[in-house]
Amino acid sequence: MARPKLKEHIINRDWCKGCGICVHFCPKNVLELDSMEKVVAVRPGDCICCRMCELRCPDLAIEVVTDQDVKNE
Amino acid sequence: MQAKQYIRERFFPHMWCAGCGHGIVLNSLLRAVDQLGLDKNNVVMVSGIGCSARISGYVDFHSLHTIHGRALAFAAGVKFSKPELKLIVPMGDGDALAIGGNHFIHAARRNMDITAIVMNNRIYGMTGGQFSPLTGVDKNTSTTPFSNIDNSFDTVELATAAGATFVARTTTYHVLEMTALLKKAIEHKGFSVIEILSQCPTQYGRKNKEGDAPAMLDHFREMTAKADSEKIKKNPGLISRGIFVDRSDKPEYCEQYEKIIQKAQKAIKGKQ
Repeated sequence: MARPKLKEHIINRDWCKGCGICVHFCPKNVLELDSMEKVVAVRPGDCICCRMCELRCPDLAIEVVTDQDVKNE
Repeated sequence: MQAKQYIRERFFPHMWCAGCGHGIVLNSLLRAVDQLGLDKNNVVMVSGIGCSARISGYVDFHSLHTIHGRALAFAAGVKFSKPELKLIVPMGDGDALAIGGNHFIHAARRNMDITAIVMNNRIYGMTGGQFSPLTGVDKNTSTTPFSNIDNSFDTVELATAAGATFVARTTTYHVLEMTALLKKAIEHKGFSVIEILSQCPTQYGRKNKEGDAPAMLDHFREMTAKADSEKIKKNPGLISRGIFVDRSDKPEYCEQYEKIIQKAQKAIKGKQ
């Protein structure tokens, strides 16, 4: 199976509470909190789709969509 | 996310504080239920009172939000009347082991097919940060401002001694492990207990200077190790994670009860 490639990060800004867990545990430093303390993907090109942000998000506010997710649908 | 079909989106964003570990438990639980492919009409979530108990309002299963500590008793009633349903009972540390301590040990003794999730954040978060039976010695809370002197329970040892047939422990840092263990606990036939160490940055973290939510998660990584691993053999002070009990030699309670019904009906027919 080929390695999944990032399509996009879906971030629900209404649900994000800015706890910073996703930012802290991203191994590639893709995410940052903006001036509103909401998460944004500032370096999406570096994302390796490990989904550690998505799996650890207490607010179900971030989702990593890859090319394989699209194929499976 | 596929697992989003199992939530009641109209109640989001949820009421838990920023960085609360209970949200991570919800996240992993949804994935576990999704990976098992359970029909949401066959799952019942019964909860008591506290931050942890609010989880039942966010899931699109059958849900019962009941009284403090007595969720297991309500769950037993549901299971008795409809043994084919999957019962999941999320509880906080105080809900499970202080207010509901007796229900907890007797549910374990009976071995009814219920999955009890003890979301252990070591404090009563909702009511203002009072100490619980899992707070631990030397920890600060709003009711122990000069540090706590109460020894704490070990949930795993307590559940094992009381007779639970599946006992496991994990943390909110170890999310993949949590989903795997939740799947095993839900599938297990008999009373299963899974203790999940969860962070409360608002009350416990603040009073004990453990930092924000990411720092508390880092702390879970440092203070735990897999049971029987080299790391825990070298550092016996660490908290062990993994499966501690997984046995199938004890009969399940509802099945035994069904046998009693059959026996009683036979006896009545014999007299007629």
